[in-house]
Amino acid sequence: MDLVIEARNLRKTYMMGEFEVQALRDVSFTITRGEMVSIMGPSGSGKSTMMNTLGCLDRPTSGEYILDGESVAEMNDDQLASVRNRKVGFVFQSFNLLSRLTALGNVELPLRYAGVTEGRRERAQAALEAVGLKDRMSHRPYELSGGQQQRVAVARSLVNNPAIIMADEPTGNLDSKVGKEIMNLLLNLNKDLGTTLIIVTHDPNIAEQTQRVIRLRDGELDTTVDDKGRKK
Amino acid sequence: MSFAQSILEALESLNGNKMRSGLTVLGIVIGVAAVIAMLAVGNGAQASITGSISSIGTNLLFVFSGSADGPPGGPGSRRSGNNDRPLTLTDAEALADPFAAPSVELVAPAIQGNGTLTYAGENTTTSISGVTPTYATVRNMEIAEGEFINEEHILGRMSVVVLGPETATTIFGHADGVIGETIRIEGQPFRVIGITVPKGGGAFGSEDNAAYIPFTTAQARLIKKGTRDEVDVIFIQAISAEAVPLASDEVSNIIRQRHRTPIGIDDFTVFTQQDFLSTFATITGVLTIFLGGIAGISLLVGGIGIMNIMLVSVTERTREIGLRKALGARKKDILLQFLTESSLLSLIGGIIGIMFGWLIAFIVGKVAAATGNNFTPIVGTDAILLSTSFSAIIGLFFGIYPASRAANLEPVEALRYE
Repeated sequence: MDLVIEARNLRKTYMMGEFEVQALRDVSFTITRGEMVSIMGPSGSGKSTMMNTLGCLDRPTSGEYILDGESVAEMNDDQLASVRNRKVGFVFQSFNLLSRLTALGNVELPLRYAGVTEGRRERAQAALEAVGLKDRMSHRPYELSGGQQQRVAVARSLVNNPAIIMADEPTGNLDSKVGKEIMNLLLNLNKDLGTTLIIVTHDPNIAEQTQRVIRLRDGELDTTVDDKGRKK
Repeated sequence: MSFAQSILEALESLNGNKMRSGLTVLGIVIGVAAVIAMLAVGNGAQASITGSISSIGTNLLFVFSGSADGPPGGPGSRRSGNNDRPLTLTDAEALADPFAAPSVELVAPAIQGNGTLTYAGENTTTSISGVTPTYATVRNMEIAEGEFINEEHILGRMSVVVLGPETATTIFGHADGVIGETIRIEGQPFRVIGITVPKGGGAFGSEDNAAYIPFTTAQARLIKKGTRDEVDVIFIQAISAEAVPLASDEVSNIIRQRHRTPIGIDDFTVFTQQDFLSTFATITGVLTIFLGGIAGISLLVGGIGIMNIMLVSVTERTREIGLRKALGARKKDILLQFLTESSLLSLIGGIIGIMFGWLIAFIVGKVAAATGNNFTPIVGTDAILLSTSFSAIIGLFFGIYPASRAANLEPVEALRYE
């Protein structure tokens, strides 16, 4: 099997004043390339820490994490930045678009940091076309609806052909109709392009649409549920 | 990211906050403009003084009686000791000896005093010099109308006077067509025989506001001295500008011998134009540094303004920084982004400041011209280069701290920032 994510004995501890908080305790799992996985769990279960670690925004305190063949647990800040740039696409709950840039400019951003100069515009245009925003390329974020903004964010996440797309509550700021459209978009991307998709959510309806649910509880994998997140 | 791109992006970001960027730039504009204007005024003052000293002639030497200790003190420091012998006419004659002083071309002894000139109820007080015919040549003086004092006037102790144009205008109301008129100096009648060409203001009072009479006449009737042949100053013209130091040595040796002074304790002072130049250059140099320093402080304040605004900007854009990092920006990308912004702020301020400072210097020059002062502020390339590079360095220096703060933000923390 072609594994895109291999997490072994991941631990993450924070110091909150004098207390040591264990956000992740010895978590191990794998994700196959092209899979569509959701990570669920109540707040405080280590969901955000898991997403930060899988997205290479943060390093685990101990354990091993191999993303697309690269071991990232021991990397320095700039190496992590490079891995994020090449292998991870992010979709955030609050879109996180730069208001000064046009839709096209926002989508170009990861390519800029990748040092791509040739064909950058064309690739960004192709990504925007793929999310159905061909005629909104020169609009700035405040001229777009919430759904359109999230589409721009999705285009930005896939423009650099990442190994995984991390979506953190991608429909959390949208009404249910538009949220459904965004989910369909993500599902189609996964189906058509074969991109590995990891959705962090607490909405069971969203988790329902993914192939597998990883449920966290108190920083550990909840083994009392099946792959659909249902009680065994 | 390419260089042009980061500049473009920085411009966009500065443009997004016009008011704030404008005010920050203003701080630098004021600083740079102040530096440019102050240096221009300082340089202008220096050029004006240097010019007026140069106008007295590059191969001119002055001999005063009395010694000057240390730096030249001019006529004010003469007569420092009681045993000093005054300069005399015979000293002057000895200096004119072409064998003893081959570097000396012309010698012009003079006695000086002040007197009241009257004509038809108008009167004015001016400096009166008793001079010899060589005086006009030695002092580069030209006659606009009439003639200068000649040997005949000296021998006959004649009551004739050559007036500066300003003096003539004061008592006659005009400077032309006054030859042959008789004026009174301290009550004694003198016939006007010449008017000099205007020279403009000098470092030692205007030569245009003066009256020149024959040396012998002054000695006998107008300016009383302790001994009969005492003179106040001997002007000496060296054969060339290069021969001035040589002439100075020759003159010193001759007078030392004549006055029998021990070596090192001269009772006279030889001054060259170069001495005046270096004295005034020191004074105006200090003045320029002082003015520039004060202006520099305002530039520093402008720089602190940049730092302040950049710090605010970094805090405000914490989320943006987090996002850029999530998308793959490395530390140096973020560092470069904020440094570019701060440098651009100071560079724009610098450019506007140069133009503004130029304008101020120009206005100062106009005001000076309108009030009749011979003074033009000079905006030098050195001042422009200095303030441009200084403002760019300030932008970089005061940008480094905020930029490194931005670059070192943790992506997780930054993304969570509200």
